[in-house]
Amino acid sequence: MGRYVVRRLLQMIPVFIGATLLVFLMMYALPGDPVRALWGERSVDEAQIAAMKADLGLDLPLWHQYLNYLLGLLQGDFGTQIASGRPVIDVITSALPATLRLTALAFLITVVLGVGLGVIAGLRRGGKTDRMILFVTLLFISVPVFVIGYLYQVFFAHNLGWARPTVQDPTAWSQLILPAMVLSSLSLAYVARLTRTSVAENKRADYMRTARAKGLTGRRAVSVHLMRNSLIPVVTFLGVDIGNLMAGAIVTEGIFNVNGIGSAVYRALSYREGATVVGIVTFMILVYLVVTLLVDLLYAVLDPRIRYA
Amino acid sequence: MSDRTERPTADEPNATTGTTGPVETTSSGAVRIDKSAEAPADRDTPLLEVRDLQVEFRTREGVARAVNGVNYSVNAGETLAVLGESGSGKSVTAQAIMGILDTPPGHIAGGEIRFRGEDLLTLSEDKRRAIRGDRIAMIFQDALSSLNPVLSVGYQLGEMFRVHRGASRREARERAVDLMERVRIPAARERVNDYPHQFSGGMRQRIMIAMALALEPDLIIADEPTTALDVTVQAQVMELLAELQREFHMGLILITHDLGVVADVADRIAVMYAGRIVETAPVKELYAAPAHPYTKGLLESIPRLDHKGKELYAIQGLPPSLTALPSGCSFHPRCPLSTERSTTERPPLHPVLDASEAPVAGRGSACHYWKETLHG
Amino acid sequence: MPDVPMKATPEAATLKATQPAVPVPVDEQPDSGPAPGKPRSLWSDAWHDLRRKPSFLISAGLILLFLTIAAFPGLFTDASPRDGDLTQFYLQQPQLTHFFSPEWLGYDAQGRSIYARIIHGTRASIIIGLTVTAIVFVLGSLVGMLAGYFGGWVDTVLSRVVDTFMGIPFLLGAMVILVSFDVRGPMVISLALAVLGWTTIARVMRGSVIQVKQADYVQAARSLGAGTTRILMRHILPNAIAPVIVVAMIALGGYISAEATLSYLGIGLADPAVSWGGDINFGKDSIRVASHVLIFPSIMLSATILAFLMMGDAVRDALDPKLR
Repeated sequence: MGRYVVRRLLQMIPVFIGATLLVFLMMYALPGDPVRALWGERSVDEAQIAAMKADLGLDLPLWHQYLNYLLGLLQGDFGTQIASGRPVIDVITSALPATLRLTALAFLITVVLGVGLGVIAGLRRGGKTDRMILFVTLLFISVPVFVIGYLYQVFFAHNLGWARPTVQDPTAWSQLILPAMVLSSLSLAYVARLTRTSVAENKRADYMRTARAKGLTGRRAVSVHLMRNSLIPVVTFLGVDIGNLMAGAIVTEGIFNVNGIGSAVYRALSYREGATVVGIVTFMILVYLVVTLLVDLLYAVLDPRIRYA
Repeated sequence: MSDRTERPTADEPNATTGTTGPVETTSSGAVRIDKSAEAPADRDTPLLEVRDLQVEFRTREGVARAVNGVNYSVNAGETLAVLGESGSGKSVTAQAIMGILDTPPGHIAGGEIRFRGEDLLTLSEDKRRAIRGDRIAMIFQDALSSLNPVLSVGYQLGEMFRVHRGASRREARERAVDLMERVRIPAARERVNDYPHQFSGGMRQRIMIAMALALEPDLIIADEPTTALDVTVQAQVMELLAELQREFHMGLILITHDLGVVADVADRIAVMYAGRIVETAPVKELYAAPAHPYTKGLLESIPRLDHKGKELYAIQGLPPSLTALPSGCSFHPRCPLSTERSTTERPPLHPVLDASEAPVAGRGSACHYWKETLHG
Repeated sequence: MPDVPMKATPEAATLKATQPAVPVPVDEQPDSGPAPGKPRSLWSDAWHDLRRKPSFLISAGLILLFLTIAAFPGLFTDASPRDGDLTQFYLQQPQLTHFFSPEWLGYDAQGRSIYARIIHGTRASIIIGLTVTAIVFVLGSLVGMLAGYFGGWVDTVLSRVVDTFMGIPFLLGAMVILVSFDVRGPMVISLALAVLGWTTIARVMRGSVIQVKQADYVQAARSLGAGTTRILMRHILPNAIAPVIVVAMIALGGYISAEATLSYLGIGLADPAVSWGGDINFGKDSIRVASHVLIFPSIMLSATILAFLMMGDAVRDALDPKLR
């Protein structure tokens, strides 16, 4: 196991370098000039721009700029905002708590409702309940998150008055419920469908027949034998989904006016604030890689057939 | 549904020892007192008696009649081999006895399954569950897929004691080790926490046997217990099973398609074809002189050393579709003896008579021309 | 094995023996289809199933309708999606009985007919959805097939490349690419989505090829001396492609959704291009007084995505009888 972890960590290095390089290239090598964008439509002083670029190291060749960025990362430096001179890591740490809370709540909803509905549907595959759950989840997947966001906002906040239409205080869990419901809707639907498939497949496995032949109660056969097997692929999906939820926050945070990572990156994008964008995306890549590794290790715990050499 | 009348009627000779004269060929004389004392019914009642069992499967192509009036019985300490190709209904019958039929699509359309005289089909699900695994246990063919891949074998064995006996976790684990030792798994104590995939095929099947034996049931149904194993391992596993059966004086229903497996261990054989029993006989007599063309065909299709160089016999055609069974005798499209009568009139299970016209104990054949088959 | 497999008819056992040696990777025991004895393939089996499936028929009908709207919007409305009359039609409510007339679904805050806009907005979504899927399908299949078939260092390198692209959040990555462009047409958006989207297909294809590669008929072809190209094209590709097609169909809906999200966020299509996502963004400002500005493009968008998802689901179920 220890050796496997080391190997996986080593494998992550080229992936991390590759992914950050891609983002770096996407931000800086494509047309568009972040420094010039600072001036917007106003008249531009070329000398000032050149000086600023030299100061920021933006006059260096792209590979050199990237190298500097990587070296900075090694020391925990995610870059510095061009306009304000604020370290990007500051931007991340101040925006992170709200996003983490929102993501955690959305994750909870996904797990409880997604797995719950999936199990119900899987156990009654082909029945009325199953068909209804399938249809509802299909709707959740089809209706884009921003549409669901506005529908919920109008219905739950404006019409019913159960929640505030926007989040005033991101430390208040109660205010985050509505955005978390919106954020989780897509994941919830996927998790429910995956769980359903997995449960339905395992339900007809030979070992379930054995469980019945052993005279186990239906409840025990399902909760011990069926669940332990069915949830393996679901756990894998849930792990990777944490990353998706964080990235998906960009839309949800916009609708509900949450000052989180998503809003920060959106703002940075609109101003072409390259350093912030690259810094935040780098952070998300890190989260993704760490979560993927953890899921792989968890997989080995859940499924004894997997052995890591 | 319309051909309901085809079902065997009550006056047919039954493929049970009870009605056509008991076949007292129990392989072991050692009757365990405690077991027989438990029996609520009198000594003449067979341990298990299946009467006119019918099982149907609703499929998209129509109703598949997998079991069409099967009768058999097993006594304590006796081994009944149920022989047939896949689709003959032998496993479905077993699942119906265990109460683990997949419903839907399957359902029991009629008949009785009497265990110690009590019809299991009339019991509540709770009562049936209490019998399953405890009094009647089953061994499946493919131990790898039949054992739960993510639970240790110790857990799966111990579960029997925890569920049926309310044993503690630790106690259950101890009993699991005992069981593994009993089926001669080396280093049982060290291996009790291992998972099924860490054992060899033969060892896994031993674990399945241990699981079935856990609560010392009265009856074990073994569904092709050795089919998935290497030939050398097959013999060992079969021996172990037979030995344990003698030791506990259990009834054993051995389901197989392999005539070779049957010969050494079974007392009696019931041959199934298309959901019916076509011949039943004590094992030696069946081998010596089959009374049904299907059995005869099966025996002749076994390669034999003294027939070396000759062409191997093969039964013509394919087993019938269970959604559209042939009229009359289900075997008639493949039968060399088939006549006009075979296509219209379904043969009941005739008692097989010896030269002096006296019924041979425990023998029956569902063929109009059993005499010709027997002597031809 | 029970004599009667759970779902298959007892007939299945019979069929298996009479089946011609057509390699069928997913469907080992087809349990419905043409009369026994006839040659049956995975696809003809699936087709036989699909024809009778309501969800397939509905989604196919919807997709046909959307394709027609995308190709010939003029057939559905004469009204211009761009010219609005602010003075007359500002946020006018829908006239739900005036079918197919410009005022049917109301007007937006610039006095433009919503009906005309959702009709003319179809083309962009469909074109982007199809283009992304086409690029992703070709690129992803190729990479996946090479990685899966050759294994070894080829697989290691390609898998790391796939991992690299997977590490970048899909939508956010596309946004990073797109902000660099001042003018964002359907082609630029399609490329941005495809650059980050092909990895899913590559993974599915790789897994599928690895499975098919081990099949006996591939081994047989190899032992008969068939060349690599021939094995890949004749034996592996046809048998490995089914799950990829299903994933691509479902992904198509996802790409349409992604494009709408980008346009909604103002980083996709922009005026004067007509797009559902942009219109939804436009409608959110007046959601409390004139919800129709947001609702109708949302319905159109969701229905399109739904159609492709349903189609993908139906085809998958038909191809994978294990899950019926």
